[in-house]
Amino acid sequence: MRLSGWGNFPVVDCRLVTCRGSADLQRLLGQDTTLIPRGNGRAYGDAALNPELTVSMLGLDRFLSFDPENGRLTCEAGVLLRDLLAVFVPRGWFPAVTPGTKFVTIGGMVAADVHGKNHHLAGSFARYVEALELALADGSLVVSSRHEHPELFAATLGGMGLTGLILTVTSRLIPIETAYIRQETFKARDLAEVMEHFETSADWTYSVAWVDCLASGRNRGRGLFYRGEHASRAELPAAVRAQPLLVAPKRTKRVPVYLPGAALNGLTVRAFNALYYRLGAAANQTIIVDYDTFFFPLDNLLEWYRIYGRRGLAQYQCVLPKQASRAGLSALLERVAKSGEGSFLAVLKLFGPQEGLLSFPMEGYTLALDFPVRTKTLNLLDELDEIVAHHGGRVYLAKDARMKPMYLERGYPALGRFRQIREEAGAHRKFESALSRRLEL
Amino acid sequence: MNAKTETVLILGATSDIGRAIAREYAEHGCALQLAGRDSAQLAREAEDLKLRHGVPVSAHVFDVLEMQTHSYFVAALDPLPDTAVCVVGLLGDQKEDECDFGRAELVMRTNYLGPASVLGELANRFAARGAGTLIGISSVAGDRGRATNYVYGSAKAGFTAFLSGLRNRLVRSGVHVITVKPGFVRTRMTKGMALPGLLTAEPNEIGRAIYAAARRRANVVYVRPIWRYLMWAVEAIPEGVFKRLRI
Repeated sequence: MRLSGWGNFPVVDCRLVTCRGSADLQRLLGQDTTLIPRGNGRAYGDAALNPELTVSMLGLDRFLSFDPENGRLTCEAGVLLRDLLAVFVPRGWFPAVTPGTKFVTIGGMVAADVHGKNHHLAGSFARYVEALELALADGSLVVSSRHEHPELFAATLGGMGLTGLILTVTSRLIPIETAYIRQETFKARDLAEVMEHFETSADWTYSVAWVDCLASGRNRGRGLFYRGEHASRAELPAAVRAQPLLVAPKRTKRVPVYLPGAALNGLTVRAFNALYYRLGAAANQTIIVDYDTFFFPLDNLLEWYRIYGRRGLAQYQCVLPKQASRAGLSALLERVAKSGEGSFLAVLKLFGPQEGLLSFPMEGYTLALDFPVRTKTLNLLDELDEIVAHHGGRVYLAKDARMKPMYLERGYPALGRFRQIREEAGAHRKFESALSRRLEL
Repeated sequence: MNAKTETVLILGATSDIGRAIAREYAEHGCALQLAGRDSAQLAREAEDLKLRHGVPVSAHVFDVLEMQTHSYFVAALDPLPDTAVCVVGLLGDQKEDECDFGRAELVMRTNYLGPASVLGELANRFAARGAGTLIGISSVAGDRGRATNYVYGSAKAGFTAFLSGLRNRLVRSGVHVITVKPGFVRTRMTKGMALPGLLTAEPNEIGRAIYAAARRRANVVYVRPIWRYLMWAVEAIPEGVFKRLRI
């Protein structure tokens, strides 16, 4: 079956099998082939593709237990974040870390060690994971945590599915009073102003910026800065205060057909960006928005990647150390603006400190850009890799589809330790993906 | 629906279709009784449904083949459910079942005798009470026997006739009987089979179809609906012609 990541690039013909329980599991692990587990396919590139055997974990979708005293939830790895939100928000609980889409599995969130708009204070998802039940290469089942099999546990957090199959996840939710966020928006004239907003909003729970990456010269890095806090009941407008934990379902808009690739060239996107920025004149005000709008604005445009044309899209997300961010971001934005290549979505976020073996975040600024897949843009991304590496940064594997192996070595200093743990678990011979092969993990 | 919570019994609750039916009823606030052989798996399903939907869910060990236990099983249900759905089935392997009648007999007992036994018990009690809904998952395969699956098909044909007879017997006693005939469904039972996309239903479609059928008191429901017309055409073929077909 032809499978791809969310960016539709690359597309690989894979043998796809669904795992529904332990009987399936033993049978699949016993076969003489490498394999990779697959969640809901929201990694952009080739992280969840293995032509020999790709195992869909979507059949393991049960909630197993929940402790309302402390928010401890144990669920099977194939549970979607969307369903977790639907069940637990009305009960006054929220994920401690929310990625940009709710259509991911909890297992996938562990494997990619996802981060959210609150990383500067809350860290990544791994911080809230207490235990993982894993199926190893030899078919054995183990429960790993910070106290049991701690090395395997550490390697599985952010380990891109390469250490074993995650079967169940025990993690902590946080209590909330309402399903709404108090949001403030500011216009920023250039990169310096955006970065200043991040600095002065350091004690706000959530913060993120949208940046016009095609603006050049004096305007380079101009954009909109958003910050948010969980709204208290008293802050809600009267209309929704009676039911503070309920949010009305929104109609989702599908993008019906693939637009021809040319529909999104440099000029179109430039115009779009300028318009979007001017529309951000709703700035300097406080509004109350529901959590779905604040956290998942893109989910409402299902299959939005189709806007990028049939050849697919490459998302590029990198992070630069704090000291090097001003110079590094300028260099990156300069290079992108000069190329005239698209990206009507460039997101900028300040991360806090981070631990982990293959986890992506580091204390500094992360920039995420989209490009339609064309030879010209693929070459551009190679150049961006060099700029990122030069400034001591790295690229997010959950988004990557085309990076060269040497940049993995340069960007992830704990790579050697990760490889060692993987070998000790016998996982290097069993769990492989197109990504791990490409990057020579 | 009346103000009292409806209780729904699902026989074969750990199957893909059983799970889909359980979720559908739970979404509508019904209490569930999950019955099957694997008590550990039933407990997991029960916990998941309780967490997701906040409805009461109990787990009951039940084996459709142990027919002598069925009257005790039904007597022990507390409360006696308002609705009972029988999802138990076994596809078997036609070629192997032809050579080994022991296998064929298992297919027949699982798809016809066992379900008839437990539904018969439930029918008697529902009739005594004067209310209830019985739902049996049969199959389009029972509409006409053909070479490639007649062991399974004949068992389902028996089951269809049994449900039809129950419906006729109980029509004035306040008990409604529904026959559900799925065509192709994407489940564990059909894993590995090449199923044509447009004709193949997902388990959640069966769940939704059953809930809707119970609301409007339908008699015979095909899922997907197109199968009603396909089978009408299949049944219209004269036997002299049909016997020569390889379908």
